[in-house]
Amino acid sequence: MSLLTIKGVTKGFGAVQVLNGVDLAIGAGSVVGLVGDNGAGKSTLMKTVTGIYGVDAGEISLNEVRINDAAPGARREMGIEMIYQDLALAKQQDVAANIFLGREPVKRAFGFLPGYVDRARMDREALKMIDRLGARIPSIHRPVGMFSGGQQQTIAIARALTFNPKLVIMDEPTAALAVREVESVLKLIRQMRDEGIAVILISHRLNDVFEVTDRIVVLRQGRIDADLVTKDTQMHEVVSYIVGAH
Amino acid sequence: MQTNSQLARISAWRRTQDFFDSRLHVRLESLIVLAVLFIAMALASPYFLSVSNILNILLATSTIGILAVGTTLILTSGGLDLSIGSVLGLSGVAGAYLCVTLDLPWIMAIVGALGAGAAVGYANGLMITRLRIPAFIVTLGMLGIARGLALIIAPNGGAIYGLPAPVVFLGQGRPLGIPMPVIILALTAVAAHYILAYSKVGRHTFAIGDNESAARATGIPVQRLRQILYTLSGLSAGLAGLVFMARVNAGDPTAGYTYELTAITAAIIGGTSLFGGKGSILGAIIGAMIMGVLQNGLNLLAVQSYYQQIAIGAVLILAVYIDQLQTSKEKKA
Repeated sequence: MSLLTIKGVTKGFGAVQVLNGVDLAIGAGSVVGLVGDNGAGKSTLMKTVTGIYGVDAGEISLNEVRINDAAPGARREMGIEMIYQDLALAKQQDVAANIFLGREPVKRAFGFLPGYVDRARMDREALKMIDRLGARIPSIHRPVGMFSGGQQQTIAIARALTFNPKLVIMDEPTAALAVREVESVLKLIRQMRDEGIAVILISHRLNDVFEVTDRIVVLRQGRIDADLVTKDTQMHEVVSYIVGAH
Repeated sequence: MQTNSQLARISAWRRTQDFFDSRLHVRLESLIVLAVLFIAMALASPYFLSVSNILNILLATSTIGILAVGTTLILTSGGLDLSIGSVLGLSGVAGAYLCVTLDLPWIMAIVGALGAGAAVGYANGLMITRLRIPAFIVTLGMLGIARGLALIIAPNGGAIYGLPAPVVFLGQGRPLGIPMPVIILALTAVAAHYILAYSKVGRHTFAIGDNESAARATGIPVQRLRQILYTLSGLSAGLAGLVFMARVNAGDPTAGYTYELTAITAAIIGGTSLFGGKGSILGAIIGAMIMGVLQNGLNLLAVQSYYQQIAIGAVLILAVYIDQLQTSKEKKA
């Protein structure tokens, strides 16, 4: 049984048809690399999974339950998290506010007064998650816009991991990072797999994809062109699928 | 040695700033400016420092203060509401029309004023979130529409006089010596401060003003929240219209002319960002107070009102400059 099932998904924007019937199944605890040229439809496909975009046709289901009509927030509740290429951070808010964005814990004084956001708990848990990721962040009370690219990446990852996800989609997580930071992201992906979390890794850096994935799926012109087992394939084979020369 | 103590001093200043920012949700600088102005005026004029004069300042600040509360919510969300001055006028006229011209029970004046404000705010929200027309355009259009409606409803464009006593009490009553408008402002500010600084809706308001697509991606219902915020902004303008009408004992269709700009000024002096993601209700009240103290003090010193306008303009620019300075310093650090 697969965790995420995508069946015959199509999506167009006006006259531009981006997805032309995509079928894809991903099991729990597997790491799948999603590769393809610019404009192949990778990000669009993932946004139909997170609910940012609706689909024109086809079905998306999680654990055999159809989720086509669920809003982005509801899909996060179900365990689908995405780390966006632009990180989707609110730059003027602090670390805890970003990690708990959209899911702030609420506390009630005396049980009947209007609820207030439990900042102390947010700070505590944010710190715990940052520590677990082994990151160094000078102060969690600073606006995240003041941190380095790597630190911001860590905060975006922390947000995805704080609520026990089943599936984490990473859109170019290593594109803007230094070598050492790339290593720690790859290590983290392996760690997630060991914990049974499924990971979809979108990346142009095929070295990274070969290093951590179990499968490599090539998207070309809105279709799945190849679905390869990583250990049985070669870099040149993947590249030839990406450019359509296979 | 010297640099060390300097560093320690800077970080103590920084820590105090952080404390005010994160615990009290207000910018330390705004409070200091208010305190300095207050002391300066007290030294300059022997009439400034008296209970009745302080209450006068608060009373004079109350209408703008209530408007600034709604404006702060909107600006923090990255929005803009230019219609509130006109909505203030329309709400007063609507309330007076119901209880004076139509001779309905006095409670209808309150229902009418608040209802008119909320309805206009709701309409603004609908056009912004459903029709996707920019907030600047929608509320600029509504600035004209609401003012026109107020002038049409009022007979020959004149004011409607002679409100029932319970309504006038809201503007002129003084329970325990405190003017009713001041009490209404305080209650409004406390409620709005709770919403913005402590509630989930408040956190989400900061988020959509800071990075709307991030807010959407994390599942925050962006459009529904915007709809609520514009309705609240209209409601606060309706409340300000009610208080204004009760104070002058008339529904005046020309009331609140250009008040939207004064309210935005108060919010920004109080540390709210015109571009969203940053805002404080307490700050807006302090911003309104800074303007009130300036005006009152300069009045007592018999300075021509033209100079007051210059002073307030300068304070606005200075407030944003201080903010800018701080941000660029932190970016470098």
